[in-house]
Amino acid sequence: MSPTQIAALLAAGLGLVVLALLPYYADAYYLSLAISLLQFTVLATAWGMFSGPTRYVSLATTAFFGVGAYTVAVLGEVLAWPLVLLIATAIGALMAMVVGISTLRLSGLHFVIFTFGLAELVRQLVIWYEVNKTRVLGRYVFVDITQNDIYWQLLALAVAVFAIGWLIARSRLGFALRIIGEDETVAKHCGINVTLAKVTLFAISAVFITLVGAIMAPRWTYIEPSIAFNPTISFQVVIMALLGGAHRLWGPAVGAIPLTLLFEFLSARFPSTSTLIIGIVFLLIVYALPSGVVGLWERVSRRKPEPPAAPQVQT
Amino acid sequence: MTNAIFTGLMLGGMYALIAMGLTLQYGVARIMNLSYGEFLVAASFASYWLFTGWALNPLLGLAIVVPIGFGVSMILYRVLLTPLVRRAPTRDALEVDSLLATFGMMFIVQGIMLTMFGGAYFSYSFLAIPVTLFGETLALNRLIAFGLAVAFGLALYLALTRTRFGTAIRAVAVDPSAARLVAIDVTAISAFAFALGGAMVAAAGVLVSMFLTFNASSGVIFTMKALMVVVMGGVGNLLGCLVAGLALGLSESLVATFVDPGLTLAVNFALFLGVLLVKPAGLFGRAQR
Repeated sequence: MSPTQIAALLAAGLGLVVLALLPYYADAYYLSLAISLLQFTVLATAWGMFSGPTRYVSLATTAFFGVGAYTVAVLGEVLAWPLVLLIATAIGALMAMVVGISTLRLSGLHFVIFTFGLAELVRQLVIWYEVNKTRVLGRYVFVDITQNDIYWQLLALAVAVFAIGWLIARSRLGFALRIIGEDETVAKHCGINVTLAKVTLFAISAVFITLVGAIMAPRWTYIEPSIAFNPTISFQVVIMALLGGAHRLWGPAVGAIPLTLLFEFLSARFPSTSTLIIGIVFLLIVYALPSGVVGLWERVSRRKPEPPAAPQVQT
Repeated sequence: MTNAIFTGLMLGGMYALIAMGLTLQYGVARIMNLSYGEFLVAASFASYWLFTGWALNPLLGLAIVVPIGFGVSMILYRVLLTPLVRRAPTRDALEVDSLLATFGMMFIVQGIMLTMFGGAYFSYSFLAIPVTLFGETLALNRLIAFGLAVAFGLALYLALTRTRFGTAIRAVAVDPSAARLVAIDVTAISAFAFALGGAMVAAAGVLVSMFLTFNASSGVIFTMKALMVVVMGGVGNLLGCLVAGLALGLSESLVATFVDPGLTLAVNFALFLGVLLVKPAGLFGRAQR
């Protein structure tokens, strides 16, 4: 390793220690802000993991997030916490595989439409099940998880998402995905099992999103379908990843931090017009920064080859 | 049973009407408009406002709302979407760009409506008179909406297949670069098709507002249904729109009557996936590449 790499690694380790000790020196407000920041960092990075290289726009973030939260609401009081998280992982992966196998073989357009409706579909199914089988709509979450626990779990998940993202980029799977993103026909002719690669990555990305939902669930004491399947989450995650630049592993995180702060500020100051302002911010990003902050920085510094000027996703 | 079929046909007719505008916008102008449902709801609000504030009959209101829909869409295409069309190197890239841009637009329109009207549900009572037809009781406003939907669809179909201008529109839908070779102004035709789609969605919004309750955030569900109908029927195909819309409406009302009203969306999705697994280009779509 070169000295700069060692320095970077040391800095990252030191930063991690500082972040891990945050609950001991920050007050409740900053802790909850840090939880929001971590939540969106993981969500946006997990989204970018799939949509970045493959260029398929997924609008289903909230579907997986809600499934994670609901798993906790149903099982949180019955089973031990690690077991609940494990079950959430399994459900998220299974759902992603079903969705992936049925839509990723088709064109990207069908995938977008399906994910656009997926949250609504899952929400309707959950409501149907709750009304007809369990006869409760809305559940209380009473689990022994403090804000500090949520924070540490999210931090661990953030480390995991970056580590796995880094490993995938260096694996055969990551290489295959980059070829698929460039040209799917070429990828097929190279002997890549295109569907398998896409579904695998979609499942990995979905598992992270489901876990975030599960970890965040104890924050609300009361959960009902309209809270768990809130469509703005999908939207916020896409816009964050786009602002940062989805074609690099670090990109979505770069976008997640300023936008989380902005949304926090907007919902506190302008609760009634925040939807409108968020929409305008989104349009500005699409028009002014088609390849995100990271893409812009790369173009300015000219260290890397020219990033593609077109936006990073394909339908 | 007959009641379920009637309701399904009505619902299907409405879906077909809603989707016709989108099939123009997506099939010809290549703009995959995710803010489509928001424009529909905006037209519903306009109709509500005209009816309650000015006591204007919604059917006359059409004459005001539809031209506005056309104009707004034209401006939108010229100002916001033309830069994207110029920037996009390929048709695929344009689809992504427009998808993201209209996704942002969806939140803007929804935000404006939320600020103006809040989150409450709105409806008004217009021609809610029971009519007996084939032994079934139906509301007159639904019948009129259905009749007008059929009339609009037929007029659009004839305009596209029987006139020179309509042929030009269809040529752009099939192949924009070849259309340019036979002296068709592709940019102008695309803008016109997008605006015509906007006029259709405004008409649909007014008709729907006569018998449905709506609120500022109910646009998403319309967008979703319209997208499913368009893709299922084959992009840019009006007949496909009609068939897919009716299939969706019928399946929905049959399931609501005989199985459970909570599962309508699940049936829609099952039908959507089923059709696409068999015919990826849609029922009447031509296979590409």
